[in-house]
Amino acid sequence: MNINVTLIAQILAFVALIVFVNKLLWGPLNKLLADRQKRIADGLAAADKGKHELELSEKRAKDLIHEARAKATEILAQSEKRASDIVEEAKADARTEADRLIVGARAEISQEVNRAKEQLRGQVSTLAAAGASKIIKREIDRKAHDDLLKDLVSQI
Amino acid sequence: MSAEEHSSGGGTVEYIQHHLTNLCVGDCDPVTHKAVGFWALHVDTLFFSVMLGMVIILTSWRLGRSLSLDAPSGFQNFVESIIEFVQGQVKDTFPGHNPIIAPLALTIFVWVWLMNFMDLIPVDLLPLLAGAVGVNHLKAVPTTDLNTTMAMSLTVFGLILFYNIKIKGPVGYMKVFLFHPFGKFFIPVNIVMTLIEELAKPLSLGLRLFGNLFAGELVFLLIALIGGTLVVGALGYLFWFPLQVVLDLGWLIFHLLVITLQAFIFMVLTLVYLGMAHVEDH
Repeated sequence: MNINVTLIAQILAFVALIVFVNKLLWGPLNKLLADRQKRIADGLAAADKGKHELELSEKRAKDLIHEARAKATEILAQSEKRASDIVEEAKADARTEADRLIVGARAEISQEVNRAKEQLRGQVSTLAAAGASKIIKREIDRKAHDDLLKDLVSQI
Repeated sequence: MSAEEHSSGGGTVEYIQHHLTNLCVGDCDPVTHKAVGFWALHVDTLFFSVMLGMVIILTSWRLGRSLSLDAPSGFQNFVESIIEFVQGQVKDTFPGHNPIIAPLALTIFVWVWLMNFMDLIPVDLLPLLAGAVGVNHLKAVPTTDLNTTMAMSLTVFGLILFYNIKIKGPVGYMKVFLFHPFGKFFIPVNIVMTLIEELAKPLSLGLRLFGNLFAGELVFLLIALIGGTLVVGALGYLFWFPLQVVLDLGWLIFHLLVITLQAFIFMVLTLVYLGMAHVEDH
């Protein structure tokens, strides 16, 4: 008789061993392998993502440089325009100022001329009076002949 | 080798028979030491198989405490490769998903391999050590005991029946018996054929492992006899002893292949049978 109660005992041992192997060997190591697989997959995905992001940021940097260059050109043009504007403005200002000064000077000159004329007139009248008195050798009543004199002066 | 010790007592046959006798407790024959009834326990089979099971449990428990995700140690690498090997086999041969299948296959592979490995320990070493502490019979290889191999194959058979009924349903499983393999016009033939097919699964599974290991053990015993009973005179040793060493080494290396192959076959067939149980339409 070869088959005996050892068979039952071995079945029990086998089932118990399956349970232990599942709990102590298969479970932890399977989880570990799955974790490692996941970590590697994650790492590869992260590397891909990083590469993609690098490409994106390179493109963005290129765009930014391009934009900055365009802006700089624009600013340069603007400032050139502004500088020429300022020069033009200054020129115009200077011109009006010069005009104003010329007008002032002319007015002053004509004023001076008039004054000199008045002065000369006065002096001429006096001289005329003195000449006339010398001619008639007598004192002319100044008050009596004032109107006559003034008329004379105005005719000169 | 200690073959000559035993052979001096009663010759070749007795030497071999002695080595193929389990340490029996209970319903045993007092003279031949063979089990005569059902209530007989092969203590050596039980001891070595449970001991090897404990080795697996303790090793995996110790390994489980020092698992490293990033820097696995050498032993962890070794165990991982076994796990991945079993995972690959399960993936290749087992359709569908069942969380119990992979641990079952792993247990079978590792446990059967370790029990088979007991065959590679010199045949007289362990019985000699046991004899020193008063144990007269010892069969160190649990898989050369039909009880061990049949226990495993019957457990697998139980799982096959369970999953057949669970997946196909009791009616579906009955239909397999009625309409397979010849269709509905040969129902009596079908029943007989399918019954034989189903019963052949556990029998072939258990008997294949037992037969291979029993034969291997027997060859080891015969090789051990070369340096023992065949020797005539002191001069005989000069010829027989080197022959025994060479033959033993050759069979050892070959048997290393056999024990791995047998463990692998047991595992794969278990996967195949359980895979068939999980297929809904036969």
